[in-house]
Amino acid sequence: MTPAKDSRRTITPLVQITGLDVGYVRHRTVVPAVVGLDLTVAHGEIVAIVGESGSGKTTTANAVIGLLPENGRITAGSAIVDGVETAGARERTLRALRGSVVGLIPQDPMTGLNPTKRIGAQIAEVVRLRGLRGASAQAEVLEFLDRAGVSDPVLRARQYPHELSGGLRQRVLIAIALAGRPKLIIADEPTSALDVTVQKRILDHLSELARDEGISLLIITHDLAVAADRADKIVVMQHGRKVEEGVPAQIRDAPRQPYTKQLINAAPSLADHGRIVPRFDVRGQTAPEPILTMTSVSKTFPINDARRGQRGFNALEQVSISVPRGQTHALVGESGCGKTTTLRIALGLEAPTSGAVHLEGAQFSGLSWREQRPLRRKAQLVHQDPFATLDPKFTVVQSITEPLVSFGIGNRSSRQARARELLDQVALPESYLDRLPSELSGGQRQRVAIARALALGPDLLMLDEPVSALDALVQGQILSLLADLQSRLGLSYLFVSHDLSVVAQIAHTVSVMSRGRVVEDGPVAEVFTNPQNAYTQELLEAIPGRRATGIPA
Amino acid sequence: MTRYILGRVLQALGVLWAAFTLTFAILYLLPSDPMELQLAAAGLQADGISPQQLADLKHQYGLDQSIWGQYWTRLSGAVHGDFGMSLTQNLPVRDLIQARIGQTLLLTGCACTVSMVLGLALAYLATFVRWNPLRLFLTRLPALGASFPQFFIALMLIQFLSFKLGLFPAMGNTGWKSLVMPVATISVLTSSVLAQVLIKSFDDTLRQPYIVTARAKGLSRSAVHLKHALRNAALPAMTILGLVIGLSVTSSIIVETIYTRVGIGRLAQEAVLSQDVPVVLAVVTIAAAIFVTVNLIVDLLYPLLDPRIARNRGRVRVPAAQIEVSAA
Repeated sequence: MTPAKDSRRTITPLVQITGLDVGYVRHRTVVPAVVGLDLTVAHGEIVAIVGESGSGKTTTANAVIGLLPENGRITAGSAIVDGVETAGARERTLRALRGSVVGLIPQDPMTGLNPTKRIGAQIAEVVRLRGLRGASAQAEVLEFLDRAGVSDPVLRARQYPHELSGGLRQRVLIAIALAGRPKLIIADEPTSALDVTVQKRILDHLSELARDEGISLLIITHDLAVAADRADKIVVMQHGRKVEEGVPAQIRDAPRQPYTKQLINAAPSLADHGRIVPRFDVRGQTAPEPILTMTSVSKTFPINDARRGQRGFNALEQVSISVPRGQTHALVGESGCGKTTTLRIALGLEAPTSGAVHLEGAQFSGLSWREQRPLRRKAQLVHQDPFATLDPKFTVVQSITEPLVSFGIGNRSSRQARARELLDQVALPESYLDRLPSELSGGQRQRVAIARALALGPDLLMLDEPVSALDALVQGQILSLLADLQSRLGLSYLFVSHDLSVVAQIAHTVSVMSRGRVVEDGPVAEVFTNPQNAYTQELLEAIPGRRATGIPA
Repeated sequence: MTRYILGRVLQALGVLWAAFTLTFAILYLLPSDPMELQLAAAGLQADGISPQQLADLKHQYGLDQSIWGQYWTRLSGAVHGDFGMSLTQNLPVRDLIQARIGQTLLLTGCACTVSMVLGLALAYLATFVRWNPLRLFLTRLPALGASFPQFFIALMLIQFLSFKLGLFPAMGNTGWKSLVMPVATISVLTSSVLAQVLIKSFDDTLRQPYIVTARAKGLSRSAVHLKHALRNAALPAMTILGLVIGLSVTSSIIVETIYTRVGIGRLAQEAVLSQDVPVVLAVVTIAAAIFVTVNLIVDLLYPLLDPRIARNRGRVRVPAAQIEVSAA
């Protein structure tokens, strides 16, 4: 069966998926992951599949490139890629498609490259599959690195992945995808692990490449704003089914399905027509007395350099911040800007080289571990990754009551009662007390982590990128939970994030950090609407969802 | 880098010293009189000789010194390669060991080489084969191999290969043929241990995102396995190489005894039975030295094989803050 006979259109689409069912075999039964999917990608078209984790978007992409896991089965329908039926195809057929017809840019650039192979060799493998050898292969390697936007390709080709930044590694992965000269590139959450400014540059570059070379692009993302900025067509998926399909303007302005509306509301920059609308405006108000202040804090890490000897690395220089009581102060900036070091010093995990930290009016820095311990009850930490911070062997109740046990508070029954109360505060049913982390979703785990942080009744929560590992919809839910807890319990937050649209939803005041310094600070409403510093402006422009709404980026 | 090497060498010497001291302490605490054993070996009764003669003998063997004195004599001797006189064989311990160590090194060297090849091959196959029943069988095989007692394997080999088929000699150490069954006996255990670690490591590696990248390039399964998985999977297994070689050395005690080979292992077994303290001390020290040296070599080689370690050492270390806060 050739697709030409099958299709009545004059131009056959590059990818034609009709009535596709994909499932995973578990315990001898097939659990469906994609149901009755229809999808086409034309030559040179940019299509985005948007959905939460578990919506079947990645399964769809894997079916197209023939990389379904061992237990994955196409149970019905067909997926024709460049005239080749992939449903039920042999490994040999699928392998002929991979690389040369369909290229893949995987999700996480940090782990997507072989750590023990040089960059050049990893690209050369693809070039050699096209029959090129020796000097001409080497020349192509450098050419593709250059086209993927890697500066100094000769040097990069000799380096190992760990010597490159995340953004550069992502570009190398793009070069690998390009090197097979494919007709379609699948980008699976291509930038969610990267900083906003890097994300914007890479996505721009990728869509330009696709347009220039007539390559089709299939973007898989949970972020409707990212999709709306670049795609010709958006496909919204939920629970394995296609919910809605249309051009970005139609999806944004006239969504037909309630689920699409939910997604739009979860992407604040889309919901507010591309503008960042801070939730709180504290301009002109007198700030409440601060619960935490850091005054001129500097931190220098010693570096052992074989050639230049002992040197210092200034992680922080003269950083001053204050967290107003009952409000949220945000630290924003890209990775390596010093936000995490600031947080560690605020928590007393790291001693500042100079400067002072005051918590509840008491000097915190310079105290011994033992002296800090009573103060520790007042400030608690919530981590970024809800998958790594809960002990997999601890039930929910054990995790939540652990701080109480460690401070020797209450007895068994009072701790149980407190755990129930805390679960209620984070809006989880009591029946979750005996569950293990593996039985919870990402959002639920983060709720448990928040409940654990609240166990000792702290006044201040330090939140380290608490939503960046979560889907857009879940992000919104956690943020409203945090806002709700703040108003009910009078909590203060120190909120670290690289995502400005998240900060706008939760913070009252903000410090923008770059290279260990605070470059701008003030009320969110002021800083985000009237940025004075060039770096702040760059960060704001990189927020996805602006282009789709006609605001020049 | 020099500091790293120096640190590792010092650490190795420390372990060696600790092994020597601990063995000395244990042997000294044994409730037996070395002098009596010595006389018994010579066919004499302790009551049969005069107290004067006994004192002379004790002086000759240094047994009249205090415990610290004896420890010091033994330690300084050992540093110079002199482990004193055997109590039972009336020969310097050094001569006894020199006559035997070649055979044991040959045996354990062959066993280690064979088990590395076997272990790697088994792990590679067990993760490459796609037919589930065979895959399952290959995955479970190492657990079986590791749980057979060595004396049982040795007896089975003797029974079938030697007595029934007459392929290899059941005892002695002349010719390569005599080496086959002892090497096989040791390798069953050590290659199983290696394969278990390697299979786990292969499984982890094959689940890494960069394997997906490699497959998406259009590489064949065998190219992905060989060029991307093998090296990354073998690296962590290197750290147990020391353990494998240590296992081979200890296995030589049983194997050399069963196959009546002249080697350090059998010497150790005999020395322990007759409580020949200087010989036991020497054998334990040598075994510890082999173990420590192999580990030292692995530690020093590792940075050469893993670019991530080689490049980072001595250069810019990642500031603690950039490592996840969650580490704290």
